[in-house]
Amino acid sequence: MPSAYGASAYIPIAIFVAVATGFALFTLVFSSLIHSEKYNKVKLEPYECGIEPTTDARDRYSIRYYLVAMLFVIFDVETVFMFPWAVIFNKLLLFGLIEMMVFIFILVVGYYYAWQKGALDWV
Amino acid sequence: MTTLLITQIVLTLVVFQGLLLSAAAMVWVERRLAALLQQRLGPIRVGWQGLLQPFADVIKLMFKEELRPGSADPLLFALAPIISATAAFAAFAVVPFGASTTFFGLLDKPLLLQVADVNVAVLVIFAIASMGVYGIVLAGWSSNSKYSLLGGLRSSAQMISYELSYGLALASVLLIGNSMSLTELVNGQAGVWFGFIPKWFVFLQPLGFFIFMTAGIAETNRAPFDFPEAEQELVAGYHTEYSSMSFAMFFLAEYINMVTVSAVATDLYLGGWHGPFLPESLGWIWFLIKVGAILFFYVWMRWTLPRYRYDQLMAFGWKVLLPLSMINLLVTAAGVLYFGL
Repeated sequence: MPSAYGASAYIPIAIFVAVATGFALFTLVFSSLIHSEKYNKVKLEPYECGIEPTTDARDRYSIRYYLVAMLFVIFDVETVFMFPWAVIFNKLLLFGLIEMMVFIFILVVGYYYAWQKGALDWV
Repeated sequence: MTTLLITQIVLTLVVFQGLLLSAAAMVWVERRLAALLQQRLGPIRVGWQGLLQPFADVIKLMFKEELRPGSADPLLFALAPIISATAAFAAFAVVPFGASTTFFGLLDKPLLLQVADVNVAVLVIFAIASMGVYGIVLAGWSSNSKYSLLGGLRSSAQMISYELSYGLALASVLLIGNSMSLTELVNGQAGVWFGFIPKWFVFLQPLGFFIFMTAGIAETNRAPFDFPEAEQELVAGYHTEYSSMSFAMFFLAEYINMVTVSAVATDLYLGGWHGPFLPESLGWIWFLIKVGAILFFYVWMRWTLPRYRYDQLMAFGWKVLLPLSMINLLVTAAGVLYFGL
């Protein structure tokens, strides 16, 4: 790998992020300086088809969202593990393929279990 | 060094401006195409053929009153659109859009048409794409509105579900390209097979391309997977309570995400800036054409397909796309081993 691929390669990304954040902030602040603000109690209510909201919106919600999030964390770590494997696969060859098959087999067992438990069914 | 710094700054600003303009252009294209598909005219009054419509919209939004529900969390409510917009812009920083060029001898050293040449560009895109979820979740939660919360939750569940297939499709490309640098992956697609088929990865990865595009559409929350803003049930989803420029930020983020996904798809599968007829230094024209084609496809999909049901979406992501992308990965690995690509 050429030496250009150091930490300094990330500086332009940082500059780009700074420009983007600056743009967003500037636009929002600029807009807040020129638009009108006349508030009253009814205007400041959350939208609910014209009815006054009776309860707080931050209520309990379906456990499914947690399940999906947990499954995501498990599978996403596996995915990230596959990235470096994929890049040097031309050096690992058959050994790499068999190793990955074992790895994916273990993953599929867990996946099958989650499926049978109904974790993947939304309704 | 100074020249390098100046060119870097100019390049950053040009790419940034280009992204803004492409988002504006996409708003116009989308509205005109939608009108065309529905046998209407669409916006034609502001400027030639309505080309200035997006700018008129921005000016209008600037002067609009900004409403924040009294029970909302002020800090997070203000932060969410900024995070969304920044994440959308940032992902494009590592996307190369042309071969290195000296601009007809204007520069003494060839300049890479890319804001940042990073050797793990694919990982950076993957990481920043995940950051976008924060903006949506925070927007949904902080609004303290039922529609926003539901939209935000749905959106995050959808985005993380499809990110897995997205990542596995990317890994299959890395198997063939043997690199995580987008520039090197694009250069791996130069040349032709049998004299006429371009060496694009889409021909080696047809299933991978399908998975990538499907997951990409779901990631950007576009129809037929536009659940966060399923108008008929959730009003406007996570940005129900947003108005004025904060709303514009989410809107901008959505369109820039579309452009980024299309650009990444072009780099990974459609040979980036490689194409016939044009010299290498003008390859960015090919790049623009390819990105435009994918964006057209995006809009076409939106106005052709009806929305899925939410349980269908989750079932499709977890039970169809995820196994398919795993099989695709193993088959690709076996293929690389057998044919020695």
